[in-house]
Amino acid sequence: MSGRATFLGMPAFPVNAAAAVQDSQLRFNLRKATHTIRGRRASVVAEVPDWAELRAAGRQIKDHTLRNLERYLLRLEEAVTRAGGHVHWAADAREANRIVAGLVRATGETSVVKVKSMATQEIGLNEALAAEGITAYETDLAELIVQLGDDWPSHILVPAIHRNRSEIREIFLEKMAEWGRAAPEGLTDEPRALAEAARLHLRERFLSTKVAISGANFMIAETGTLVVLESEGNGRMCLTLPETLISVVGIEKLLPSWRDLEVFLQLLPRSSTGERMNPYTSTWTGAVEGQEFHLVLLDNGRTGVLADEVGRQALRCIRCSACLNVCPVYERAGGHAYGSVYPGPIGAILTPQLRGTTSDLDASLPYASTLCGACFDVCPVAIDIPEVLVHLRGRVRHPRAERLGMRAAGWVFDRQERLTRAERVAGRLRRFVPRRLPGPLSAWTETRDLPDIPPESFRDWWDRTDGGTR
Amino acid sequence: MRVALFITCVNDTLFPGTGRAVVTLLRRLGCDVEFPRAQTCCGQMHLNTGYPREGRRLARHFLDVFAGYDAVVAPSGSCAATVREQYPRLARAAAPSSAPVRASAAAPVRPPAPGAIADDGSAAFADAVAELVPKVRDLSEFLVDVLGVTDVGAYFPHRVTYHPTCHSLRGLRVGDRPIRLLERVRGLELVPLPAAEECCGFGGTFAVKNPAISAAMCADKARNVTATGAEVLCAADNSCLTHIGGTLSRQRTGVRTMHLAEILAATEGAR
Repeated sequence: MSGRATFLGMPAFPVNAAAAVQDSQLRFNLRKATHTIRGRRASVVAEVPDWAELRAAGRQIKDHTLRNLERYLLRLEEAVTRAGGHVHWAADAREANRIVAGLVRATGETSVVKVKSMATQEIGLNEALAAEGITAYETDLAELIVQLGDDWPSHILVPAIHRNRSEIREIFLEKMAEWGRAAPEGLTDEPRALAEAARLHLRERFLSTKVAISGANFMIAETGTLVVLESEGNGRMCLTLPETLISVVGIEKLLPSWRDLEVFLQLLPRSSTGERMNPYTSTWTGAVEGQEFHLVLLDNGRTGVLADEVGRQALRCIRCSACLNVCPVYERAGGHAYGSVYPGPIGAILTPQLRGTTSDLDASLPYASTLCGACFDVCPVAIDIPEVLVHLRGRVRHPRAERLGMRAAGWVFDRQERLTRAERVAGRLRRFVPRRLPGPLSAWTETRDLPDIPPESFRDWWDRTDGGTR
Repeated sequence: MRVALFITCVNDTLFPGTGRAVVTLLRRLGCDVEFPRAQTCCGQMHLNTGYPREGRRLARHFLDVFAGYDAVVAPSGSCAATVREQYPRLARAAAPSSAPVRASAAAPVRPPAPGAIADDGSAAFADAVAELVPKVRDLSEFLVDVLGVTDVGAYFPHRVTYHPTCHSLRGLRVGDRPIRLLERVRGLELVPLPAAEECCGFGGTFAVKNPAISAAMCADKARNVTATGAEVLCAADNSCLTHIGGTLSRQRTGVRTMHLAEILAATEGAR
C-alpha cells in the first residue's frame, strides 16, 4: 500500500483494512502510539477545570467564523496586503498548485523546504512541483521519513507511525544520500542517533534553500497574522530563514481575532500531543523584513462542505488527531486504509465531503466506524462525527442486495402483524438455520456463533400468558 | 403512571427471555408495565445504515405507538439512544434552514446536497419528538431515576463482569447506574472489565461490512472478558452481547452472556 499516487483507484476501506489488520508490526505500533498519546491527552485535559467551556467556546468561535467566512476572509486579505504580503485565491487543487509553482519559478529556484502541512498534501503539491522540475524537501522528522521512504503519511500528527526504528534506519542509510547529506556511517537504530542524522541532513538543507512552503494552524483576520504550532523547530527554521515564504492554507483555518486564538492555543496542544503547550509557536504578519510573503487561500471543496447543514461541522476541525488516537477502528486499520491524507474518524467524514462519494473507496469511508462515539467525546471543537457519518451514509449508493434486504425489513417492520408472522416462521425454521451463513452474511459466522432462535417470540408469549399473569 | 415496555425488535424476536425478565422485575418493584402490541422497530438499523426514508417511517410509527405514555422503558441502550439522539436530528432535518451561509470570495456556495431529508417535515413530527423523547429510558435509568431504586431484591451468586456498551455510555450517558444496580445484587461478585469503555466492534451492519476490523475488535474484547475470570458477561444491550457472546462461544471460552435485566430479575430459588 506504499508508494505515491496510490490513492486514486484504491480498493474500498474494508479491503485495505482486512490486509492491515494482519500486520502485526503495524498493530503493535499503532496500539502503543495511540494508547500513549490517548493517556497523555486524558491527563492534561482532566487538569483543566473549564475544559467543557473551552470546548464550547472553540465550537462557537469556529461556527461564527464559518457563518461569516466571506467577511473575515476579505478582512484577512486586506490585513495581509497592508502588511506587505500577497494574497492569492485558489478554487481547487490545480489552481493552488499552479499558483505555487508559478511563484517558485519566479524566484528562479528549483528547490523548496516545507513545514508539515496537511493542505499541501491534500492538493498533492510536492508531486505538482516535481512535474515542474522543482524539488520539495520535507523538514518535519516524520515527514522526512515518509518522503525518503516514498511512502504516505498514516497519521495526522505522527505521519510515520507505521514505521519502526529499524525500518527508519534502513530508509536513512539507503535514501538520505540521494536527497542530500548522507546518513553517517555506522548509523544505529537508537532514536537519538536517528534524530541526529536527520538534524544534520536537514540543517544543510535549511541553510542552502531560499524558498519555503508552509501551511498554518490558524489565520487571524483582524491583523492578517498566521500561526504555526510545532514541536521540532523545523517550522521556525522554514518560516524565518528563506527569502520567500509561501503559505497554503484552507479557508476554514480562519479566526476573527487574537482573543479567539487564546482558546485554541489551549485546546490544540492538549488534544493533539497531550502537552500543556507545544514547544514552538510561530506567528508572522505579512512580509517580514527582507522576506517576500505569499498566502494562497485554498477552497478545494470547502464551500461545498459549508453548504451542507449537517456536514459543515467538519470544517471546525483543527487537525489535532485526538479522534484518531481513540478510534478502535483506526487503531486496527491504520491510516493508509483510509486512502486520504485525512485518516481516522475525521477523515471518514472529511474525505467523502471534499472528494465526493463516487469511488468505491470514498463511498466506503462513512462506514469505517461502529458509531461508538469515542471520537465525538474527545473532539476539542465538538464535531459530532457519528452524526455526520450517519448523514453521509444516507447519501452513498448502496449495494443492490443490501437495498433489497433493507426494503424487505422495512416492509416487515411497517406492521406488527407482518413482524409477528415473520417471527413465527423464524421460530418454526429455527432448527434449519445453518451454523455458517451464506453470502455477505458469512462475514458474521466466520468468527462468531449465531444465537439460537427461540421457539416463541416475546409478543406471542405476552399474548399466550396475558403478560405473564396466566 | 402509565409505563410502556419497548421490547425492541431484536429482543422480541431473539431474546424474549430478556423481555420476560423486565416484566418480572418491574412487577416485583410494584410497577405495572404495558406492552403496546403495535410496536415494531425504532428504525436504528435503517437510520444507521443510510436508509433515512425507511428509518423516518419507522420513527413515525414509534411515535404513534408510544404517544400518551408517561414512561417508555427499553432494555437496550442502542435502541433508546436511537430515539433520544436520532429522532431529534430527524426533526431538525425537517425544520427549515436556520441562518443562511455565505460564500467565500473565491467560490460561490453550492446548493445543499440532494438527499438531505426535506420530505414530510411536518411540525407535528417535531412536536411528537419533543413530547416523547424525554420519556424514553433505558432500563437502568428507569430503575434508578424514575423508581429510585438500586437494590432491586435480586440474588445471583456468580462472578460477573460488566461491559458498558457504547450507546449506553456515550449516547445515553447512563454512567455508573448499571454498576450501582449490580453491586446491590446479593451473592454477585462484580469484577471490573479491563478497557471496558472500548467498543466491542459490533456496530450493527459494521460487523458485516467491515468483518476483519470488527472481529479484531471483538478478539480484544473477548480476551479482556476471559482475563477477568468471570462466568458471566453482562451488558444492557443484547445486540452487543450477541456479538461478544458469539465470539466467546466460538472460542469455547465457557463464558456466558446475560442481559442486565435477567440478572436483576433473578431471585433466590429461581435459578
